[in-house]
Amino acid sequence: MRLLRIVATLAWRNLWRNRRRTLIMVAAVSVGVWAMIFMNALMRGMVDDMVRSGIESLPGHVQVHRLGFRDDPSINNLLPLNDAELAAKLDAAGLVAWSSRINVPAVITSERESRGVTLYGIDPERERKITFVPNSIVAGRFLEGVSDKGIVIGRRLLDALETDLGKRVVVMSQDPDNEIADRGFRIVGVFEAKLESYEETMVFAGKSTVQRMLHVADRVTEVAIMSDDYRFVEQTVQTVRDKLGADVEVLPWTELNTYLASMLTVMDGFALVWTIVIFLALSFGLVNTLVMAVFERVREIGLMLALGMRPFGILAQVVIESLLLLLMGLALGTLLAWLSILPLQSGIDVSAVADGMEMFGSSSVLYPKLTMADVVLANVVVLGLGFIASLSPAWRASRYQPIEAITKV
Amino acid sequence: MNVTVLLAWRNLWRHPRRTWLTLGAMVFSNVLLVFMISLQFGMYRLMIENTLLTFTGHLQVQAEGYNDNKKMRQIVPDIQALSTRLREKLTLNTVSPRAMAFVLASSKDRTYGIQVLGVDPEHEPLVSSIPGLVEDGRYLQASDTAEVFIGRVLARNLRINVGDELTLLGSGRDGSLAAAVVVVAGIFESGVTDLDRSIAEIPLTFFQDTFFMRGAGHQIVITTPDLSLVNKTVAAVDSILPKDEGLVTLDWNVLQPGLKQAIQADISSAFFMYGVLVVLVAFSVLNTQLMSVLERTHEFGIVMALGISPGHLGRLVMLETAMMGTIGLFAGAFLGGLVTLWFSYNGFSYPGMEDMAANFNLPSRFYPQVTVLAMFLGPLVVFLFTVLSALYPALRLNWLHPVAAMRAA
Repeated sequence: MRLLRIVATLAWRNLWRNRRRTLIMVAAVSVGVWAMIFMNALMRGMVDDMVRSGIESLPGHVQVHRLGFRDDPSINNLLPLNDAELAAKLDAAGLVAWSSRINVPAVITSERESRGVTLYGIDPERERKITFVPNSIVAGRFLEGVSDKGIVIGRRLLDALETDLGKRVVVMSQDPDNEIADRGFRIVGVFEAKLESYEETMVFAGKSTVQRMLHVADRVTEVAIMSDDYRFVEQTVQTVRDKLGADVEVLPWTELNTYLASMLTVMDGFALVWTIVIFLALSFGLVNTLVMAVFERVREIGLMLALGMRPFGILAQVVIESLLLLLMGLALGTLLAWLSILPLQSGIDVSAVADGMEMFGSSSVLYPKLTMADVVLANVVVLGLGFIASLSPAWRASRYQPIEAITKV
Repeated sequence: MNVTVLLAWRNLWRHPRRTWLTLGAMVFSNVLLVFMISLQFGMYRLMIENTLLTFTGHLQVQAEGYNDNKKMRQIVPDIQALSTRLREKLTLNTVSPRAMAFVLASSKDRTYGIQVLGVDPEHEPLVSSIPGLVEDGRYLQASDTAEVFIGRVLARNLRINVGDELTLLGSGRDGSLAAAVVVVAGIFESGVTDLDRSIAEIPLTFFQDTFFMRGAGHQIVITTPDLSLVNKTVAAVDSILPKDEGLVTLDWNVLQPGLKQAIQADISSAFFMYGVLVVLVAFSVLNTQLMSVLERTHEFGIVMALGISPGHLGRLVMLETAMMGTIGLFAGAFLGGLVTLWFSYNGFSYPGMEDMAANFNLPSRFYPQVTVLAMFLGPLVVFLFTVLSALYPALRLNWLHPVAAMRAA
C-alpha cells in the first residue's frame, strides 16, 4: 500500500514535469469525451423522440387485435369480445390506462375534395391518457363522450379538403356485410401533430357514433394499453394475454412498429461504436505520450531499479500516470458535455430540414438527452481501454536492465 | 537531395516509434473517413435513385399548387398532346402523363379507400419501376380500357385476384359522382407496403372518361438518363410549356423535399463526427511536433548560433510535418480504398439496419463504390489540419534565444 502511495505521488509529479504535453493530452481527451457524450445525447434524444411520437401514433404501448387484423384492417376483423366483456376483464387487471376503439380505412369527402384516411371511433375520456390528440387541438374542441356527433381532423387534411371548422364532411367506409356505410359529420376540432403524415391520415369520431354508422353494435377492432415506461412492456403484454386468452393477438409496440424498435437497437450499437472509435483515435496519442515520458526518463528508471524498486513499481507508475491523465480528461470532458447540453435542453430547432427529419420519423426540434448510461459508457470505455493501452509502454519501462538504462545517454 | 529535405526526413525517424504512432492515428482516421464517406455517398445516390425511379421521377409538370394540395381540379389540360410534344422536343422517351384520384374501391366482400392513377400504359414503364414488378397477370396494355393493375397487399385485403371485378367510386373533376367497374389485369409487389397497399393503375383514357377529365391529367412525369441532367432538363421543359396555363416544372427536391433534407441532416451529423476525428488527429500531431521541437532546443540553439535563421528552422519543422502528413495521406487513402473495395464485393450491413434501410428504399446489404473523390476527400482534410497544427511548434522557434537554448539540457 505504501509502495502504491509513493508510486502514485511520483506519477502525479511526473505528469507535471512536462506541463505542455500533459495539457495537450488532457485537452485531447476532453474533446474526445465531450464528443462521445454530446453526440450520444443528441442521437439518444432524437431516437427517444421518434419512439415517443411513434408510440403516440399507434398509439399505446400494447395493442390487442383479432388475429389477421393488422394485415387486413377491415371491419370484418372485429375483436371477438364486446365492450362490456373487455371492460370486465381489463379494468380488473390493474393497467395504467386502456381504451378500446374502432379503426377502419375510410374516405372523407368535403364539397370539393376527397381523401383516404383512417377513421378512429374512440372513447374520448379514456383516450385522453393515451393519445396526443386531445392536447394538440388548435381550433375547436376535442370530442366529448362516445356519442359525440362531431369529427376531429388534422390541420393538413382540413386544408386539403378545402373545408373549415363547423362545416360538414361525409365519411364513407364499409359495414360487415360490405355495404357502403356513410355518415355526415360536423368538424368540431382541428389538431396539429409533430409529424405531418398524422395530420393527413388520422380522423377521430365518437365510438358509439362510429359503431352505429358501421352497424357493429358494441364491438371494436382494437384495444390500446399503456404501461408505465415504454421500455418495459413485457409485463403488461403478459398480463393482458392472461386476461384475454389466446384468440386475440396481443403485441407490444416493438412488434407493431419494427422500425422504431430497430432504431433503439441501432442507437445502442451506434453509441458503443462511436465511443470506441473516438477512444481509438485518442489511444494513439495516449500511447505516444507515455512512450515519450518513459523515453526521457530511462536513466531515472534505471536508477530506481538499481536502488531496489521492483519492476512492478515502475509498471504501476506508468499505468497510474496514464490513468491520472485520463481521469483529468474525463472529468473535464464530462463537465463540458454537461455544460453544453444544459442550454440546449429547451430543444434545438432543425426545422430547416423538417421534411427530412420526418423521413427518419423524427420531429423538427431535437431535445438532447443526457443519460447516465452514456456518461458511464464513455468513462468506462476510456478508463478500461486506456488501462489496456498503457500496459505496453509500462511493461517495456519495467523491463529495462538497470545498468544499460543508467548508462544510456 | 536538398539538405533541408534530407534533414527533415532523418529527423522524422529519430524516434521511429513516435512517428509510427502519430502516423497510426492519421491512418486510422483516414481509413475510417474513406470508408464512411464512400458508404455515405453511395447510399445517398441509391436512396435518391430508388425513391425517385419507383414512382416520382426526376421532374414533373403540374398545375401550380397541385403538389401541395393534390386537388382534382388543378389540372394539366390536354395532357397527352403536351406529353407527346415534350417527348419530341426533348428527344427523350421517358415522359409519361398521369392523372390521380382518391376513390373507394369495392370488391365482392371488401371496401377500401385507395389512390387510383390514370397512366399511359406505353410510357409508364419507362419512368416507374412499378410496371416491372408484375407478380401475377400482366401490366396494362395500350388496348386496355376497363382494366386495373393493383398492389399485392391491396389485392389480398380486397380478396381479389387477376380476372376479378372491382368497383371504383369517387368524384370527378367537376365534383359529380364518378363510378366505374374494372377488371384486374395484373398484380405487382414492390415490397414497400405503403405502395402495395394503396395504389391502383388504370389506363389514362379510361380515367379521363370516368372522372370527366376532358382530356386533362395531373402530372407529367419525366426521368433523365442521369441525376446531374435534372436542372438542364427543367429549364428545357420550362421553355416548351405553354405560358398562360399556370403550369410549373418541379424537380425532385420539390416533389420529395424529405429526401434531400434527410440527406442534409445525415451529412451534418456525419460531418460533426468526422470533425471530431480530425481534431483528435490534430492534437496528436501537435503533441508530437511540440515534443520533437522541445527536445531539440539545445541543437536548435547551436545551429542558430551558427547563423541559421529561426524561419529556416520553422520551415524544417513544417517540412517534417508535411512529410509525415503525406505518408499518412497516401497510406490512409490506400488502405481505406482497400477496405472499401473489400466491402464493395462482400457488401456491408449492420445489425438492425434492414428496417431502417427499407424506410429509405435501400437494400439491407449495401455495396459501397470506390471513387477517387471519396478516397481523398477525408485524408486531404486530415492532411490540412496536420500541417496547421504544426504551426504552433514551428512559430515558437521565433522566440528562441540561441544562448538560452544552448544552455537548455
